[in-house]
Amino acid sequence: MTVAKRTFDVVVVGAGGAGMRAALQLAQAGLKVAVLSKVFPTRSHTVAAQGGIAASLGNVNEDNWHWHMYDTVKGSDYLGDQDAIEFMCRAAPEVVYELEHFGMPFDRLDSGKIYQRPFGGHMQDYGKTPVQRACAAADRTGHAMLHTLYQQNVKANTHFFIEWMALDLIRDEDGDVLGVTAMEIETGEVMIFQARATLFATGGAGRIFASSTNAYINTGDGLGMAARAGIPLEDMEFFQFHPTGVYGAGVLISEGVRGEGGYLVNKNGERFMERYAPTAKDLASRDVVSRAITVEINEGRGCGPYGDHILLKLDHLGDEVIKQRLPGIREIALKFAHVDPAISPIPVVPTAHYMMGGIPTNYHGQVVAPYKTGPDEVVRGLYAVGECACVSVHGANRLGCNSLLDLLVFGREAGRQIIEDLQNHPHPKPLPADAAERPLARLARLENQQNGERVAEVGNEMRKVMQKHCGVFRFPELLAEGVEQIKQVAERVARTGIGDKSRVFNTARIEALELDNLIEVAQATMVSAAARQESRGAHARDDFPQRDDQNWLKHSLYFREDHRLDYKPVRLKSLTVESFPLKARVY
Amino acid sequence: MKFHIYRYNPDTDAAPYMQDYDLDIEPAGKMLLDALLLLKEQDDSLSLRKSCREGVCGSDAMNINGRNGLACITPLSSLKEPITLRPLPGLPVIRDLIVDMTQFFKQYHSIKPYLINNDPPPETERLQSPAQRAHLNGLYECILCACCSTACPSFWWNPDKFVGPAGLLQAYRFLADTRDHASRERLDDLEDPYRLFRCHTIMNCVDVCPKELNPTEAIGNIKDMMVRRLV
Repeated sequence: MTVAKRTFDVVVVGAGGAGMRAALQLAQAGLKVAVLSKVFPTRSHTVAAQGGIAASLGNVNEDNWHWHMYDTVKGSDYLGDQDAIEFMCRAAPEVVYELEHFGMPFDRLDSGKIYQRPFGGHMQDYGKTPVQRACAAADRTGHAMLHTLYQQNVKANTHFFIEWMALDLIRDEDGDVLGVTAMEIETGEVMIFQARATLFATGGAGRIFASSTNAYINTGDGLGMAARAGIPLEDMEFFQFHPTGVYGAGVLISEGVRGEGGYLVNKNGERFMERYAPTAKDLASRDVVSRAITVEINEGRGCGPYGDHILLKLDHLGDEVIKQRLPGIREIALKFAHVDPAISPIPVVPTAHYMMGGIPTNYHGQVVAPYKTGPDEVVRGLYAVGECACVSVHGANRLGCNSLLDLLVFGREAGRQIIEDLQNHPHPKPLPADAAERPLARLARLENQQNGERVAEVGNEMRKVMQKHCGVFRFPELLAEGVEQIKQVAERVARTGIGDKSRVFNTARIEALELDNLIEVAQATMVSAAARQESRGAHARDDFPQRDDQNWLKHSLYFREDHRLDYKPVRLKSLTVESFPLKARVY
Repeated sequence: MKFHIYRYNPDTDAAPYMQDYDLDIEPAGKMLLDALLLLKEQDDSLSLRKSCREGVCGSDAMNINGRNGLACITPLSSLKEPITLRPLPGLPVIRDLIVDMTQFFKQYHSIKPYLINNDPPPETERLQSPAQRAHLNGLYECILCACCSTACPSFWWNPDKFVGPAGLLQAYRFLADTRDHASRERLDDLEDPYRLFRCHTIMNCVDVCPKELNPTEAIGNIKDMMVRRLV
């Protein structure tokens, strides 16, 4: 079978916040850019972000990027690379002002400046008191940001390929990346997108868990493609559980609710966060709050007939504040929790939310992997940004409202780096003869599979295993069993079948291909989690309750082949300021 | 529960048809999308778009018992049986509940949906008072689901000429933004027998908007601006 080919300077896979910020940079530089997206760009998961974007503008309280950097390093439980964290926090005000100039409808203070609210883990003066650092457009910040970035791309005439699903990376004998294969969902046509630079901005993989705040499209496509192409995945054991997913539905309730004065109570009506984080209370870092809620539930102080959730109380804020500052939350509470938050508290539970790990990159967005000379050799032609990348600014736990910032800063920087790198690579390298072999084989298998297992059934099994064996607290036997079970699920994924074999908008086929990607992420997560014998940030072990800097202050690298693990050091040296030394984390 | 769903696959069907489904589901606390996904587990050829499942992305817009809406935020318990589902009206059907949105987005793009301000950007933010910012409320929240435009008879008759409620709501979103300096060009572009003035204030758009926005009011405001600059 011959596959059609198109050639671009750059192909960007994914049109969420990071992909679109990068695309804007590239389109404005006059490069020939293709942006591939499974869904219409404004339907990317960035749209669901609520509370705000972090930047030390100091519009409400005194603030500076050193404090922001400290909070981010501390929030990351010291697993974050301090060079990348400095780079991000220093650039934050600039990219937020840029976004405002693009037309972002931020809420305003009386002075006319951007409104900022408090957010978990963001403090003044190196951790002393909470600070108002989250720049917000009500509780629809992600929606406003994604639309603003799309609008700017419309202005810049960016070339979008909408409802195209990327299938696999193309690498040659030298390991250089030469583009991707992709399928047009509407027609089922497969095409090669040849490019001198390929940028992955494919977002997260929350759908490996049964209970997740993520959209249905968050299936780890970039990670699956990278893993199949022999690229390692970094720090996959660190999956953040957001403290306040709506009980039963998983839909997210922004941390901005607590920033506006909401707080958590147990079945006795007690504000329990004061016991776990005496200074920051409900505004402690997310892993701290999630763990506290889980302890409350496990020790019998959970709410409801099954004692399996906690209540988020905000009725004391008054109807006015709720309607003005938290209109989206009000909507969600009414629709998914069936309560009016001005009258009754919202039942919530920690829910899988954000993947701190991903495709390893440096802070310029270049993908790095150990090959011959060291752990951080650049993979030529491949870049990654956003949630699918591990820069690593999030370390072991993401600080709230740092993710929208991450998308902007590293989206822009990857764009800049690609423009620079392409000057040294004026011509595309020839494609290998088997460029489309892997995806065509995967499609042929689905086409010809007899008596295959149902995609939905195998997918449900995977999510059940991940939820039970790799949750907020992790237990040694459960992890060991989980590793075996997820490998068995992977064998079943290789035998899935679909009833629908037609070409036009075949969503059954898309879901089967997505499961191929999800299972790679699930295996990486489970294997990495079973190996790390300590508790750090979002990874909490029942049998190793303490952080172990002696043995575990290092990044994990999972290789798909034989489920091999390798490790590399954390970059403790920052760019221009003194590093923050390791210390115990208290909030 | 009983479902009555529009089916069409150009690969295999000569013509569209309606298919009946029975589903064993307890409606309390569940949304229509939950039911559709269970139906898809039984019959993987049933195709629909979906993404956020919380009403912010607009993917799963469809015609539900004769009224446009989002499956993910429509409670099952609110629907009369048999639940009749069709693709959004007025746009070409690609397959089953999936429509071709090209014409819709063409109109959206035609209003220059981006801030235009050619002053050199200041060092920090462009200032805007809370009152000025409040003018954007009810405008910027649009999720481009197309429920409104595909419920609008004027858009059905002239989809290539009339911008439609979603596009016009966005046009006013930029006209209302104190940071935007292109009001004159924007109004010039809409001063045409079709682009703006085909709105006959039928208000179907307001009736179906899942975000409770009011495109008719925005269109009225544009007409006001148009008149004010003429007198």
